[in-house]
Amino acid sequence: MVSELYAIETNRLSKYFGEKAAVRDLTLQVGQGEVFGFLGPNGAGKTTSVKILLGLIQPSAGAGYLFGQPLGKPEVRRKVGFLPEHFRFHDWLTAGEFLKLHADLYQMDARQVKPRITELLALVGLSEFSGKKLRTFSKGMLQRIGLAQALLNRPELVILDEPTSGLDPVGRRLVRDIIRDLRQQGTTVFLNSHLLSEVEITCDRVAFIKHGEVITTRPLQALLEGEVTVTVRASGLTPQIAAGLQRWSQNVRLDGEHLGLTVSGEAVLPEIHRYLVTEGAAVYSFQPEKVSLEDLFIQIVGTDGGL
Amino acid sequence: MGSYTAVGVMARLTFREAARRWVVWVALGLGLLFLVVYGIGFNEIEKDISVNQGNSGTLITAEMHNFLLLAGMYVVNFLTSIMTVLVSVDALSGEINSGTIHTVVSKPVPRWQIVLGKWLGFSGMLSLSLLLMAGGVTLVGILVAQTILPHLVQGMLLMWLIILLLLSVSLLGGTLLSTLANGVLVFGLFGIGFIGGWIEQIGAFLNNQAAVNVGVVTSLLLPSEAMWRRAAFEMQSPLVGAMGVSPFGASSAPSLVMVGYAVFYMLGVLFLAMRQFSRKDL
Repeated sequence: MVSELYAIETNRLSKYFGEKAAVRDLTLQVGQGEVFGFLGPNGAGKTTSVKILLGLIQPSAGAGYLFGQPLGKPEVRRKVGFLPEHFRFHDWLTAGEFLKLHADLYQMDARQVKPRITELLALVGLSEFSGKKLRTFSKGMLQRIGLAQALLNRPELVILDEPTSGLDPVGRRLVRDIIRDLRQQGTTVFLNSHLLSEVEITCDRVAFIKHGEVITTRPLQALLEGEVTVTVRASGLTPQIAAGLQRWSQNVRLDGEHLGLTVSGEAVLPEIHRYLVTEGAAVYSFQPEKVSLEDLFIQIVGTDGGL
Repeated sequence: MGSYTAVGVMARLTFREAARRWVVWVALGLGLLFLVVYGIGFNEIEKDISVNQGNSGTLITAEMHNFLLLAGMYVVNFLTSIMTVLVSVDALSGEINSGTIHTVVSKPVPRWQIVLGKWLGFSGMLSLSLLLMAGGVTLVGILVAQTILPHLVQGMLLMWLIILLLLSVSLLGGTLLSTLANGVLVFGLFGIGFIGGWIEQIGAFLNNQAAVNVGVVTSLLLPSEAMWRRAAFEMQSPLVGAMGVSPFGASSAPSLVMVGYAVFYMLGVLFLAMRQFSRKDL
């Protein structure tokens, strides 16, 4: 049953190039208004998946829908904005002409085009470059104008393939701010990025893909609220105290004044601290460390980079 | 806006791209240079004809004028054919290879409209070039010798059909092949048609049916050269046609059935280009 509640819904989408599976049984459901991260090593099939969603590539098998409409139908792309990974353009156009061209392709109301272009050029910090030819733009400026192009039609779904590629820290922050604003406006964002720190900040849910297959899809907050590693430096630590910690952790390591343990979440940390003090340990430092998305990425995808 | 918006947008973009990238201006400049050289040459030869023929050789003078005008049209046809292939060979394959096409096809437009828009944009630009150059040759004839080619409109329409034929083949090739391979294909077909046409001409002159058949078969592969021979047949003087000796005229004129075939060929190839591009993984 296809639901219009989902911005993206795919059911066992596959794409084969000869014998090689670029995407295998891709099954996803991205709710409207969600910021969804799509993660995987190089060559995992992320860009091919994005191209299938946009109708640039025909799937070999399976089905997919955007807002309940089958993939590949031109009309449904009226609600979609897209920034490709390797953004190329008609570089003989000026920034203003480039946006006007894409507004025309979106068949936007002619009265809305000019103010929207002005608004977007300001948003991406290129107002003063409206009349400059794109061939004179730096890589970062091109990425910004590409982002503006993806937002022209006030899309309900924005697909960003490596949006921060080529951007300096200021540009990356701009992208994060734009994604935050899109979320506030209820726009769905499908983010394909290598920069895990940004995915960590911006996304509600993430899918990990390897060898063309989605390994797992999870809420990001739940992932990050998972395991916490605690490093303690204290005097008076004994094997008995360490044994007592096993009610919170099966992974306790004691080495003189140094104690390490892994617990299931942050909620138990005050209890552990209280226990140590009550049992007579003099705690000098108590350092919990959340598992980073990068750690999770390595844990889930592996260290072979999917090769 | 109507549902055919992308056709107009892409046609305008293609025309503007040609203008911005100096393709139009270089073509226009070379066209004007050709017309200047042609005009000076025609004028000098006309002076010579007037001195040597006086008022007694009216028939020979008329034949010379027809020969010179047909030679001019031959060059115009050659230049516009080459220009057609050069400007369009990269139009789809180049944008596919570079990825420029991705932001365009991800818009809410059917892909066939993108191909049709490009076809119309190039057609407009190339038709203008043909009109200017062929019009210039005709103007030289009027100004210098007060004469025009017979069946000029039919001849120019056939030359226009040659442009549309080559353009359609080039765009279809662009959906299937890389730019380089597409260029080799279109020029290769053009060359085969050219040689086949000459073999057919000589075969007709020598009454050699086998040679004529070779020409007919090559015309089926790409009927551009056949259309030039039909155009030349229309525009040459009746005397030259009867003698079959002009290097620019036609002793073996393709039939109207072949003209009909060329029109369907052009439309069929354009249809295939639109269909192929609509199905292509990008």
